[in-house]
Formats: sequence, structure tokens, C-alpha cells
Amino acid sequence: MRWMGKINPVFLVLILLLLAVAFLSPYFLQPAGYMNFLKRAAPIAILAVGQLYVINSGGFDLSAGALVTLTVIGSSILLNGDPSATWWVICVMLVIGAMVGVANAFVVSYLKVPSIIATLGMMITLSGIALTWSGGAPRGYLPENFRFFGRYLIKDVPLIQLLPVAVIVMIIVCGALWWLMHRTNYGKQLVAMGDNPQSARLAGVPLVRTRTIAFVVSSLSAVIAGILLGGFAGVSTDVGVGLELQAITAAVIGGAQLLGGRGTVGAAVAGALVLQTVFTLLNIFGFPKPIRDVVQGLILISAVALASFRRRNSGG
Amino acid sequence: MSKVKPLFEMRGITKAFPGILALDDVSFDCRAGEVHALVGENGAGKSTLMKVLSGVYQADAGEIFLQGEKVAFLHPLESLKQGVSVIYQEFSLLPDRSVAENIFLGREPMRGLFLDKQSMREMTQTVLKMFGDKHNFSAETLVGTLDVAQQQMVEIAKALSLEAQVIVMDEPTAALNDSECELLFNLIDDLRKQGRSIVYITHRIREIKRLADRVTVIKDGKIAARFDHVPETDQIVEAMVGRTLGQFYPELAAPDEIGETVLRIEDCSNARLHNISLDLKAGVITGFAGVQGAGRAALAMAVFGADPFVSGAVTLEGKPLNLTSPRQAAQAGIVMLPGDRKAQGLSLMQSVFDNAFISARAFSTPLGNPFRTNHADRNDIQKLLDQLDTRAASYDVEIKSLSGGNQQKAIVARWLALKPKVLIFVEPTRGIDVNTKSAIYRQMRKLAQQGAAIMMISSDLPEVLGVSDRIMVMSDGRIVAEFPNGVSEADVMRAATHSADEQIVQGVA
Repeated sequence: MRWMGKINPVFLVLILLLLAVAFLSPYFLQPAGYMNFLKRAAPIAILAVGQLYVINSGGFDLSAGALVTLTVIGSSILLNGDPSATWWVICVMLVIGAMVGVANAFVVSYLKVPSIIATLGMMITLSGIALTWSGGAPRGYLPENFRFFGRYLIKDVPLIQLLPVAVIVMIIVCGALWWLMHRTNYGKQLVAMGDNPQSARLAGVPLVRTRTIAFVVSSLSAVIAGILLGGFAGVSTDVGVGLELQAITAAVIGGAQLLGGRGTVGAAVAGALVLQTVFTLLNIFGFPKPIRDVVQGLILISAVALASFRRRNSGG
Repeated sequence: MSKVKPLFEMRGITKAFPGILALDDVSFDCRAGEVHALVGENGAGKSTLMKVLSGVYQADAGEIFLQGEKVAFLHPLESLKQGVSVIYQEFSLLPDRSVAENIFLGREPMRGLFLDKQSMREMTQTVLKMFGDKHNFSAETLVGTLDVAQQQMVEIAKALSLEAQVIVMDEPTAALNDSECELLFNLIDDLRKQGRSIVYITHRIREIKRLADRVTVIKDGKIAARFDHVPETDQIVEAMVGRTLGQFYPELAAPDEIGETVLRIEDCSNARLHNISLDLKAGVITGFAGVQGAGRAALAMAVFGADPFVSGAVTLEGKPLNLTSPRQAAQAGIVMLPGDRKAQGLSLMQSVFDNAFISARAFSTPLGNPFRTNHADRNDIQKLLDQLDTRAASYDVEIKSLSGGNQQKAIVARWLALKPKVLIFVEPTRGIDVNTKSAIYRQMRKLAQQGAAIMMISSDLPEVLGVSDRIMVMSDGRIVAEFPNGVSEADVMRAATHSADEQIVQGVA
């Protein structure tokens, strides 16, 4: 039974929860059912993996949710329904995202502000910018070719019938970030730095560069999540509220260690799916939205408590 | 040999953990009024034996007698009540509480519903009186304001207040400097005179010679040797290691092994270092001696660029070099093995491989394959770790499961992958057992023979004198003397402690 200890429990939990949903709601077993589920899970999975980069580096990125909002609001204002502008607006948003990541990393690295505070400040700043820009209410609208990523379903796919574009985006982004984290020199340095920044520095790891890339990855993933959410949810001023905490919860459910050094991309994606499944279950039972928040909070605390319990027992 | 009855006696103790026989038919005793040194490599079973004595573990077989009566402690509190007190390396003191509160933690004297602070203070003072005037704190002093040696006294005072007849000390000098050690030794002498039994766990030969009445060497869970006197160093070492140890320190550099100057430091200073001038030659091990705070560690950090010089000139193989970060230094070929392995050397949750690979990865294409870096691939690192004789279940296990010596080898492997020109070893054998120590010295010599210039900084003076081809003595951030190998400890200590005055005299003259 020793091998059981090596399997991340998040995968077992995910399977159990999916079985429960399938049992309670047979619609879930239809392609339309599970593909819709994956489509809804895509932004949170992407955010969770981006967040994992910062968590593994030893920090938090609380600005991700506000950046999602800024992406949706900013895109709709810049586009104002003009489909020919979609591509450059997406580029502009990615550049803004990269700048936010660099700014976060700068404040953390050079001004020595703990990341939880630095990105909290960034979150408030970005929310303020989004609200100022929009004048407090959604303006403009997103053309169809922008909403393509979040909304479009490819039909008549062999075997699975339907394939949402959002799911393809999720697979590509998470796959690329899995490779960067687990199969490159950069990823290994990132995790080693989160484990012990002092020893990493004395081993020659460029801390500032490594950390900056982690924050930029997190911010870019927030922009991509924003593009997907704008696609299927449309424009609103609170689209990103609380997403950073969902992302952190998902990463932690996946076993990521807060303050760095341990956490895998696969488990973070599984964590995001667990969270989404729990939300689906609560919907099936007809609980209102505030209950979701209560449950999410409790899950976050229990996941961290369980993780430290497991570590204590394994002699960690 | 006198036939005094032992105060406690353990007979035929056997204790198995899953997959390992930690203690195999071990017998051990200690008489009243003696210090019995328990010696062995890390993982030999010393601490396990003492945990069986105190009731942390229960033996699978064997008997324990305390003052002639058979006992079986199920919990450390039971042994504590019967007068057996174990002082571990990591103290269990509360920093924000006073000395008295710590000593009586969990068994505070009460007067009705209230804490009887008055009698607690008086009882503490009575215990502290046993130290004579050696402690410089009172019952009310906050423990957090005490230094390590004083905290150790509080732990001992706690044991005394429990009227412990058997006091076990587990490597008590690990964090103490020389004068603090002397204080502790005197204290132990006093305890011995009071007729208590002291079990002293250590792997420092010097302390055995200073303190022990009897010595027991334990190896791989078995008694390897028992001495009713203090034996010669070689006898202890041989018993610990289980084979005849050729020469403890390797040969010095032969004249033809000494090469060109690799690193030249000229008149360099920073906040803690003053006018440092130094030549490091290929093939030479240069040792640095000095008291705590003399600037040896600061010099290592400066040469490695972690805490750089602000003035002066550094040249590497004749080319000027501006060392402002460890990364730059390592890039240029200067590397450092930090003194505090856990805090500065290791990513504890990562594998042995990841820790050994980290520097090769740091200087390779960021998007490259982490097991096929520009400097080393999996085979290279595997070979380096094998050559260093790194003992691990596999190189994929977390490095924190390895012993200190094996962790150190992973750090050495990390740097060897970059083929450095200058290696700075800071406290290379701190907390490492004797057998591995000798292996590390040999490794250092081998690196020197392969053309590296080596700086060695250590608080263990015999080690500096034994390994180094030349010895630099530091004091107050300056290099104050240089000696060839063969200098006596006394000469070095004199230079390290009195040089500041002499310099002034010389300056005047």
C-alpha cells in the first residue's frame, strides 16, 4: 500500500466528486454536460496554474482577479464592437499584463514589500483603474471574434462531439506551463528558490529574474483567463472579483505549499477542477451563491491544515 | 577498576524501526559521580539509546535498572520524575518567559489558586546558586535575552531542580564558542563532584579528553568499543569508523603541486573587512583562523560577492574582476560552500539531484532540459555524487532525509559541475562525523591537486592546522598573521587574540 502515499490525494478526491456529480445529474455524462463543465473550469484552471508559479516562488499574487476585470473592461472599451481591432487589443492586454507582472516583481524584489501586500496594493490599484476607465458601469461591447475563445463550440468532433475553444486554450496554456515548470532549467530553479531563496542565491540562481518571470506568467494567465471569461460571461465590472482566491484555493487543494518549494501544475489543474465540481454540486443542491463562498473558505483552510498534517506525519 | 554500583544500567537493549535495527543488544551504564562519554557517528544509535532510557521509545528487548531497581518508562515524564533528565540539542525553552517560569514550567508551585511567584523565585535562586557565580542572569531574566550557553545553563538548572541524578547531554557544545564550552565543562565537573551520573554524547575528541571518565563507542547500533579510561584519539576513531584510519589529515601540497596565483586580492575593504591583501595559488589550501567575529566568514562572503568589497582590486588569473553577486563570482569560477547548510546551502524539500544540479541549471539556457544542462547531464552529476560517496537510498529522495555529511557532498557536487577555480569551504565539517570529516579533507586535497585554489574557514582550529598548507590569522576584520603548516595552536591563538594590540605597538614604533 506504500504507493498510495505517493499519489496526490487531489486526484482521488476529484474522481469521487465527479462520480457524485454524474450520479446526481446524468446530464453531466452527455458531451454537452461535461464539455460545458470544462469550459467553465478553464479560466480558473489557467489562473490556478499561473498562481502556482508565484506560490512556488514563495509568494502570492492577489492582483490576478483585478487584472481579469481590467482585461474584460479594457478590451470592451478599446474594441467597442469593432471586430477588426480584436487582435491588437489582445496584444495590448497581454502587454499590460506583462507590465503588471514586472511591476509586482519590482516592488517585491527591490522595494522589499512582501508579495501578499505588494499584490494586494496592485489589486486595489487595478480595480480602481478599471472602474475609472469604465466610469463605474460596463461600456462598449465585445465583438464576436473576441468572444470566440470563451464561447465558441467546435461541433461534430469525432468521439466527443463537442469541443469548446476555451478547453483547447486551457490545454495549450496549462500544457506549456507544465513544461516550463517541470521540464526546464527555469522551472527547477523557480521551485528551488521558493524552497530556500538564500541557498538558491548562494548557488548562483538569479532571484530577481526568476521571480519576475513567475509574476509575469501569473499576470499573463490572468489576461488569458479574462479573455475567456469576457467571451462567455460578457462585460461586467465584477467579473474578476475573488478569482485570485479561487486560484490560490485550487493550487492549495492540489497540494502546493504556501511560501514555496512544492507544487505541481497537474495537481493545480486538478485542484481547479475539484473546486469547480464542488460549485457544480452546490448548484445541483440549489444552494445560493453566498454558500459557495462559505464552502470555498472552509475548503481553503482544510486543504492547508490537511497538507501540514500530512507533512508532520511523514516526518516533514 | 573500582566496582562501584552503577546508578543506572541498560542491559541487552534492542530496538528496531521499520527496515532498520537501530540498537542491537546494547548494554550501557553510568555510575554516580562519573562522566560517561557516548561516542559514535551520526545515526550510530546514540540518541536512540538515550531515548529508550528516558522513555521516548520502548525497547523491543532488554532491561533497564535505575538504582538497582528494574524500570520501564512509557513516557519521558515518568523518567523525569525518577531523576533522569535528557538535555537535547534543541532546547525546549520559552523565550518570552523568565528563567524561573521556564524551570518550573508545568509544575509551578501554587498557593491556593495562585501562582506562588515568591517561592518559585527562591527555589530558582537556590538552584542557580549551584552554578556559583558563573551565570550572569537571575530568576527574573527573560530567557530570550540569554545567549546559547546561558540557555543551556537554564536547561541544566531545570534538570537540577528536578533533582535529576542522571543527566544526559546530547552534543551540548554544538552551538557554543570556546569560552562558553569551558564554562559548560566546569559546570559538568561540579555536577560530577556532586555525585551525579552524566552521559555526554559527542563526537569531538577534544571534549572526550577534557571530560570523560569512561568512553563507550557505538557503531551501527552495536557497542564497538568500551574504555574504562580515556583512550588515544586513534583508538576512538578506529572504533567509530570500524577500520584503521590511515592518516586523519591528508598530505600537504608537494612543491610541484603549487601553481600560479589564481586569485589576487589587493587592499580590499568593506564595512567589516579592512585592507585585505591575499594571494591564492592553485594547488594550495589556505586556512583561516581567528576568534568568532574576526571577519573570516565576512571574508568568505566578500570573495564570493555575497557581501562584496567596496574598495580595492581583485584579479582572477590576472584579469580584473568586479565581484558584486554570488552569481557573478560563480560565473567567474569562484564558489562557496556555505557554513550553515540548512539555511544557506540546501533546498530541503527538493531531491538530491535537484540540489546537486541547481548551479549547473542556473548557468544554462533557462528553457533547456534540466537533466541535460550546458555544464552537466544526469550521468555527470550521478558520477560526481558517486565519486564523493554520497549515501542516499536514491538521488531522487528529498535531500533532508540525508545526513549532514551527505548533504555537504551534494553541495560539493553542485559546484564541481561548474569546474571552479577557487573553492571557499566555510565550516566544511560542522556537525559531520569523524569518518566523513576525513573523506572531506581528502576531497579538498584532491581538488587542490587538480589545480583549484582552496580557502578553508573553520572554527575547528585543529582542523585548520591539520589540513591547510598555510594559515592566515584574522582579527578585527584584518589579516594579522600568516603561518606555514606546522605552527602550534598556541601561536595561532596568540596571534588571533593579541594581534590588535601588537599592531598598534608596531604602528607607533
